[in-house]
Amino acid sequence: MNAHQQPTGSAYFITPETAKAENHTLSVLVSNEPGVLARVIGLFSGRGYNIESLTVSETEHEAHLSRITIVTRGTPSVLEQIKAQLERIVPVHRVVDLTVRAKDLGQERPIEREVALIKVVGSGEHRAETLRLADAFQAKVVDATVEHFVLEITGKSSKIDQFVAILKPLGLIEICRTGIAAMNRGPQGM
Amino acid sequence: MTDSNNQMTGAEIVLRALKDNGVEHIFGYPGGAVLPIYDEIFQQDDIQHILVRHEQGAGHAAEGYARSTGKVGVMLVTSGPGATNAVTPLQDALMDSVPLVCISGQVPTTLIGSDAFQECDTVGITRPCTKHNWLVKDVNELAGVIHEAFRIAQTGRPGPVVVDVPKDIQFATGTYTPPGETPVNSSYKPVVQGDIKAIQAAIELMATARRPVFYTGGGVVNSGPEASRLLRELVELTGFPITSTLMGLGTYPASGKNWLGMLGMHGSYEANMAMHDCDVMVCIGARFDDRITGRLNAFSPNSHKIHVDIDPSSINKNVRVDVPIIGDVGQVMEDMVRLWRALPKKPEKSQTQEWWSNIERWRARNSFAYKPSSDVIMPQYAIQRLYELSKGRDTYITTEVGQHQMWAAQFFGFEEPHHWLTSGGLGTMGYGLPAAIGVQVAHPEALVIDIAGDASIQMCIQEMSCAIQHNLPVKIFILNNQYMGMVRQWQQLLHGNRLSNSYTEAMPDFVKLAEAYGAVGIYCDKPAELDGKIEEMIAVNRPVIFDCRVANLANCFPMIPSGKAHNEMLLPDEATDEAVANAIDARGRQLV
Repeated sequence: MNAHQQPTGSAYFITPETAKAENHTLSVLVSNEPGVLARVIGLFSGRGYNIESLTVSETEHEAHLSRITIVTRGTPSVLEQIKAQLERIVPVHRVVDLTVRAKDLGQERPIEREVALIKVVGSGEHRAETLRLADAFQAKVVDATVEHFVLEITGKSSKIDQFVAILKPLGLIEICRTGIAAMNRGPQGM
Repeated sequence: MTDSNNQMTGAEIVLRALKDNGVEHIFGYPGGAVLPIYDEIFQQDDIQHILVRHEQGAGHAAEGYARSTGKVGVMLVTSGPGATNAVTPLQDALMDSVPLVCISGQVPTTLIGSDAFQECDTVGITRPCTKHNWLVKDVNELAGVIHEAFRIAQTGRPGPVVVDVPKDIQFATGTYTPPGETPVNSSYKPVVQGDIKAIQAAIELMATARRPVFYTGGGVVNSGPEASRLLRELVELTGFPITSTLMGLGTYPASGKNWLGMLGMHGSYEANMAMHDCDVMVCIGARFDDRITGRLNAFSPNSHKIHVDIDPSSINKNVRVDVPIIGDVGQVMEDMVRLWRALPKKPEKSQTQEWWSNIERWRARNSFAYKPSSDVIMPQYAIQRLYELSKGRDTYITTEVGQHQMWAAQFFGFEEPHHWLTSGGLGTMGYGLPAAIGVQVAHPEALVIDIAGDASIQMCIQEMSCAIQHNLPVKIFILNNQYMGMVRQWQQLLHGNRLSNSYTEAMPDFVKLAEAYGAVGIYCDKPAELDGKIEEMIAVNRPVIFDCRVANLANCFPMIPSGKAHNEMLLPDEATDEAVANAIDARGRQLV
């Protein structure tokens, strides 16, 4: 997904970018209509922006609205450009840079959570160890046979990364992650 | 709305919706998936269809029509190859902000996805080269989508849109809803009124300027005739010098006393030096394109920059500005004129006196100079004569892309907006002839000249048939140097004069070609005969191909070589073979 680290706006960007790249989480409210996701993703690939994580789902059925959460990486000027380009897409209603908003609210970062389903196959002591770890990470067993468990875990991406790493030697054979869902803390809405 | 009068087929809805949106002409090419719409065209007289010979021609003709009138251009193409051939003009219109509605046929909804004959994913292919696009799957939504297509194409920053209509939807019967009664995309709300505080800040900055410059672009053309009038008023009031991009020529008259000429890669020395040395830059409806800025980190290093643009994504994209103003340039300039008039203390004329004397010094370099010849026609001379001999007429100029385009921009003086049509952003060879056809359709009495190169003209030469069929007396003025001149110039600059594939071998006899199409062919290779033959061309009320043989190896100067700054221009009197060969360093060679 990480096509480029540099903006491709012009061939004249030959001077090395001195500003530091940052990860930002954007919330994009769009009309739920055919092709809208392709428009958003096509913008990122076409202009050489990064997508670190992407989630999308309808959030308001009556209003036909979907919310896309994108974690992207870029220098402040590139991030500003990404926001402006997203707002130019006709079915895009609003774009909020949750990371900037969190800073404005005096918070370190927005709430960012991921769900993962993890399948572990094994027997004997490995099974007991898997269950102990699941308990420690507050993961739930959602399916099991004598040979396997499917675990469901919710948390920050870093927590899931850690859980996955620990389970690897215990017979982890399949992972599915949703990508990040995010919103800002506090009583204000988007 | 169950009124039986409003029940009609999809094809009828298309025609009715076009008519209700003020369409009088459409440019298109029939095919299997648009036959029902063509059948409706056959049975009505309100809308005239101009049959082109290739869908690319339809698109550029619609662009020419749109850009010369300020109206929306409309093209109609069939599915599959019809739609893919439309991609080039769609991207061209996107980059140059031309309002265009493209109606495309599609295979029936039941066949979509089956790799049917002449099927392609039109909305997928055209998504990145349109402002917005639709695939209509319900005949009852068709009218609303077309009305919305017109709204989106012409409001905000104008651009192309595609409405893809499957054949079964064209046959199906549904309800027609007139404009204004259909739902709109609530998320699309372009800002037209600029923030008055920002405009106030801009005026205050302008009032303190000692070395100001206006840098204007195609946005002023798009905003309409009132914007050009306001620009002229603003220049008159402030007394600031003004330059323009390729796309903005004509918004300020070339005969105006504050005019510096075009800026950018092949712009005038005075315009580029003024941009480099200014202390306040007022950018109106231009977008700091790489042909304008040259090396970005050396671009106008000591200026405060004001940027007026209707598209927020143009602000701070390539160049960071100090005072961004988002809005329609016409409305913002209206506020600017008002606030400037209301200034309690207007700046003295002496404040910019030194600046003007610098500009006069730069002007005296005469950067467009060329060596005249009495043996061969110099291309610059040919444009100058064309300009002089067409003065006093309602003249529209289109161009193809290359050296001839730059010479036309340098030597043809444009006094009014909407009279200069060229492919600026995409740089599409083949644009000029179909665009001229579109202009002539909209302005039947005008003198429409496509200034062309011998290579470019062959990219859409098939549209000669279209001009003949519809009695459109466009004039094609070819600066024939038997090379792809700009390619050759870059090979001289960058690639050790190894002229790889830039010589146009097996050139057609353009006079015979004109005659084969039923047009008039004129040949000229002597400077002394040029005036007479141009007059002959203008006098003919039929399409003309003018084969003007010019100096084969003339190059287009001045030039900011790739990777250089505005004050590192290569001027014509300095452009020796050696200077040309060494003008661009290794880093600049990677650039376009």
